[in-house]
Amino acid sequence: MIDPKSPMADGAAVGGVGTELAKDTILRVQDLKKHYPIRGGVFSRVQAAVKAVDGVSFDLMKGETLGLVGESGCGKSTLGRTLMRLEEPTEGRVLFEGADLAHANKKQLFVLRREIQMIFQDPYSSLNPRLPVGDIVREPLDVHTIGTREERQRKVEELCLQVGLKTEVINRYPHEFSGGQRQRVGIARALALEPKVIVADEPVSALDVSVQAQVINLMVQLQKKLGLTYMFISHDLSVVEYISDSIAIMYLGRIVEMGKKETIFDAPTHPYTRALIASVPNPDPRKRRKQAPIEGETPSPVNPPRGCAFHPRCPFAQPKCKEARPELEPFSGSGDPRHVVACVRKDEI
Amino acid sequence: MPILEVKELRTEFRIEEGVVHAVDGVSFSVENGETLGIVGESGCGKSVTAMSIMRLIPDPPGHIASGQILWKGKDILSLPDEALPDFRGAEIAMIFQDPMTSLNPVFTVERQLGEVLEKRFKLVGEPARKKMVEALEMVGIADPADRLRSYPHELSGGMKQRIMIAMALMCEPDLLIADEPTTALDVTVQAQILHLMKSLQERVGAAIILITHDMAVVAETCDRVAVMYAGRVVEFCDVYKLFESNRHPYTFGLLRSIPKEGLTKDDLLPTIEGIVPSLIHPPQGCRFADRCFKAQDRCKTDDPKLRDVGEGHLVACHFPIEEGDR
Repeated sequence: MIDPKSPMADGAAVGGVGTELAKDTILRVQDLKKHYPIRGGVFSRVQAAVKAVDGVSFDLMKGETLGLVGESGCGKSTLGRTLMRLEEPTEGRVLFEGADLAHANKKQLFVLRREIQMIFQDPYSSLNPRLPVGDIVREPLDVHTIGTREERQRKVEELCLQVGLKTEVINRYPHEFSGGQRQRVGIARALALEPKVIVADEPVSALDVSVQAQVINLMVQLQKKLGLTYMFISHDLSVVEYISDSIAIMYLGRIVEMGKKETIFDAPTHPYTRALIASVPNPDPRKRRKQAPIEGETPSPVNPPRGCAFHPRCPFAQPKCKEARPELEPFSGSGDPRHVVACVRKDEI
Repeated sequence: MPILEVKELRTEFRIEEGVVHAVDGVSFSVENGETLGIVGESGCGKSVTAMSIMRLIPDPPGHIASGQILWKGKDILSLPDEALPDFRGAEIAMIFQDPMTSLNPVFTVERQLGEVLEKRFKLVGEPARKKMVEALEMVGIADPADRLRSYPHELSGGMKQRIMIAMALMCEPDLLIADEPTTALDVTVQAQILHLMKSLQERVGAAIILITHDMAVVAETCDRVAVMYAGRVVEFCDVYKLFESNRHPYTFGLLRSIPKEGLTKDDLLPTIEGIVPSLIHPPQGCRFADRCFKAQDRCKTDDPKLRDVGEGHLVACHFPIEEGDR
């Protein structure tokens, strides 16, 4: 029996060989790259490339929340968008239930998108201001012609209640809502097609702290109730620590460390992860730091440093760090089987 | 005597829908050399308070309706407009959230810093240049002589904010107002800039008003803190009291809703239900009453005044948090 919702129904597996995934892996990203060409000169020739995402691989496990963390320009949002095919990948594969999202054609993509949905950062610009909220939430159902008109309308009401909005809001417009309520609308829209995976790109960054907590609680409740898998992209480490099961740290287009949440926070290994966690101010005036944990800023992704991109800022750097770019390799020191670190000195520091 | 005293400040904005009472009776003081934090969520009036102190409220649509802002005992609000350019920068300097737009994109760093030195100290030529290089060195910029020739777009966000700080401190002000100075910056750079501000403060002895929405930044840098809500100061105390024995239910709720270390998603995050009231028609009683777990009938009608609950700890609440509420 083939589930009509499965992309397999569309013929052979997209992307060909080796697309079978382990039972609890829902999504596998393999060596994904997104390069933006920089053109210049008289003939607008490609002169260089911004390597926004430059060879990223990881597995997303069923039902987990993977926190994707990094500073501005590290490529975390581009990774989210490329994985969703909102940006065309330059290279690599994104395997989901026997299909390769990165190489799926338009028709296959249309089907796949029902399974992976996105929540955006800015609830002010991600909702169409000319549509009433009911239409915004119903749009995915209309596009995919799911159910009858009446069924769709009922579904919209159900979705609104599910995200904590009253059904009266259906006829109101986005500008009548606060930031937190708008983000609830964005979540209801993402849930309309009953996806399995949600990519949330800084979903609470634009919200005030007290409202932030409301939206985070909602996302956690929905995950438990619906068995959702989240990829949660954020620069805010305290939010990520709360919501994630596992965490990936990005620096200049690459994942430099990944592991269980406890591993990353209790025993960070990559020097960048250490510096990042140490830089977060502590909401306790008795735990003030004497000095900033790390100097310098992230270099431009147009011309990243040779070898390990972090070496110019790294307190542990040695000449060998300038030579070859370190690959993500398992790190056994922590006892976490998912723990991987891209640092040649990981065993000695 | 405090260096700055704000008394019953009211700043309003006229818009189509009515008059927005953005700052509605705010009082606080800043002591010489201290770091005062003003903390609150968007729309609470913290930036409008700062803009009022600098006399930078755009009029129209805004204006300062009443109150006093005493700078070294003299009311800033009675200064004639002609006196403002000499007052700003020299006495009180300000840095803003977005270093990307605070510098003029068409002039070099040297030209922009030079303008400040010429206006403030009538300093030009080689002596001015020497002072600029010193200032850039002080804020930790490598190759300061080269950087002077840079245009803003050639500099990173952290570097621009360092230049803004250098520009502010070159004028040797007695008070620096920093409005969300690190919000637009990465967390590793934020740590550097906060640390820089504190170490420069120790060197030059200026007071700082740090405006932020981030409680962790407050904990890291401030001596005393004013918590604002809906155009009012609701709590004013030293930073230890704020984090360890706060009394206003809003402060209490705000601090509890920050995800704490060790909390997992099996624990629900404490939240403050509801939203901020309209500042066009603010409620008659306490502005937080609708969202407050301690609210009683009196709170809906009787507006609580800021009062001392012991040792200079000021709270605007009829039923402050007791130990049993924690």
